Amino acid sequence: MYTTDLSGKGKGKAEAAVAEDPALVAAFEARVANDEFIEPKDWMPEAYRKTLVRQMSQHAHSEIVGMLPEGNWITRAPNLRRKAILLAKVQDEAGHGLYLYSAAETLGTSRDEMTEALLSGKAKYSTIFNYPTLTWADIGAIGWLVDGAAIMNQVPLQRTSYGPYARAMVRICKEESFHQRQGYEIMMHLAAGTEAQKRMAQDALNRWWWPSLMMFGPPDDKSPNTEQSMRWRIKRDTNDELRQKFVDITVPQAEAIGLTVPDAALKWNEERGAYDFGDVDWEEFYAVVKGEGPVAKERMQARVKAWEDGAWVRDAARVHAEKRAAAKLAAE
Amino acid sequence: MDAIATYALRLGDDSLILGQRLGEWCGHAPALEVDLSLANVALDQIGQATHFLNLAGALEGEGRDGDKLAFHRDVMDFTNCLLVEQPNGDFAQTIARLFLFAHYQELLFTALTASKDARLAAIAAKAVKETAYHATLVSDWVVRLGDGTEESRARMIAGLDWMWRFVDELFVMDEVDAAAIEAGVGVDKSALRGAWDQRIDAVLADATLERPAARRPVLGGRSGRHSEHLGHLLSEMQFLQRAYPGATW
Repeated sequence: MYTTDLSGKGKGKAEAAVAEDPALVAAFEARVANDEFIEPKDWMPEAYRKTLVRQMSQHAHSEIVGMLPEGNWITRAPNLRRKAILLAKVQDEAGHGLYLYSAAETLGTSRDEMTEALLSGKAKYSTIFNYPTLTWADIGAIGWLVDGAAIMNQVPLQRTSYGPYARAMVRICKEESFHQRQGYEIMMHLAAGTEAQKRMAQDALNRWWWPSLMMFGPPDDKSPNTEQSMRWRIKRDTNDELRQKFVDITVPQAEAIGLTVPDAALKWNEERGAYDFGDVDWEEFYAVVKGEGPVAKERMQARVKAWEDGAWVRDAARVHAEKRAAAKLAAE
Repeated sequence: MDAIATYALRLGDDSLILGQRLGEWCGHAPALEVDLSLANVALDQIGQATHFLNLAGALEGEGRDGDKLAFHRDVMDFTNCLLVEQPNGDFAQTIARLFLFAHYQELLFTALTASKDARLAAIAAKAVKETAYHATLVSDWVVRLGDGTEESRARMIAGLDWMWRFVDELFVMDEVDAAAIEAGVGVDKSALRGAWDQRIDAVLADATLERPAARRPVLGGRSGRHSEHLGHLLSEMQFLQRAYPGATW
């Protein structure tokens, strides 16, 4: 999964106030402009580091919170094959979270600090996971649409300027593309099934379509960090460009299986060679970013509970490791 | 179902119910690494269940496949041992259940690779590699929790205490086992007990834990006499198949 940069506006100004050696900055900018990878030990502007930690940790948090809506159906998957696929998929998301936290740690922020920021509500995660999974078709819709949108966002990130992030994305993209196909296959099957299954599939598309379009983030003229992120090659396409690409690819996929995209304004524009589509409800988007999504409270409650219930386990592992290390030392 | 089909069914039910239980953890484990490893074990168990249940259906010859067996039977027709259907409880209880079971399963599958039934032997040969990893993984956790903090130790002891009454059932032999052995297909489970005891005792010693005292065994899973927990597990697992009869997924 992927989250767009959901941070507030104006943070860049305070960061820019820190004086940095103009020669170092110029050399850095030149390397980035030349499409070189920046590595953990290389010099980088503080604002670049902070932007990356924010984006990568948001991305990691989205993977972890994203396990919840899909995990909701593991115990109820309709057959053994679907159960195994879903388990493997949710496990992949955990793996993505792990790579991303590890990649973000190379910038000097620990996983515990990032987790703390998530649980205190300071850090954001993708708005999409604050919508509920009500039926089995939602598992198909998430794979098809949410992972589909994630891929649009993530493929360019394989060439993002920060080396560890770019390399993590290579593997993540392969898995996401698999998930997208698995999700679409669930939808195909439902759309070709009984009337009740078709209804389930259409209902899921109706509920997930607009939130999926929101995943690309605010429109370009309202995206505060896009310009700098594009210059630093942390980001390689604008939100609106990616959103358009997603619509153009996804609409024919819906048509192919007889489902209707819930947008009365959707129309092929011959001149542009692209679909015109209706306005996203940005008021809803900003409300969900602020934590007002339908199941935002449930998602945070589940993460906090897992973290708090697991504290004694993590303590035990740490204390045990210390005991063993001490015993080993004493034996030497 | 004849004895050999029932034999495969029991193996499949054990894996299925354990996999279902472990799947409940997904997204809620104490650490990301633990989430990954529990999901891994669950996935292996669901894979084993698929193979064993498909085989049971094929041996039965009445057109039931693994899905039909998994999603269209009631409690009284499930043949898993009582241990695997026990609730997850806290992490220590989950670890206790997997610890007792994984060592049994590894010993069982090792022996089953010599089965005269080539299909059972092949499934066992694949599954035993998975189970060996489960046994190692879970033993490490028993040691960490037993020899960790006071709290983790108390929880580990409580977890073992909850599960211990279901241990003997793992090794009980009945007419199905006898017929399977007679046919050269099955394993003498009672002969595995000594090796199992040794393994469990070694890990418990490393964890600075005492072996729980012997107690009156609770039996019945193999003949469909289960705990109250299984019905709830099934109602959740079988919901879609029950709510949409005849649909395929």
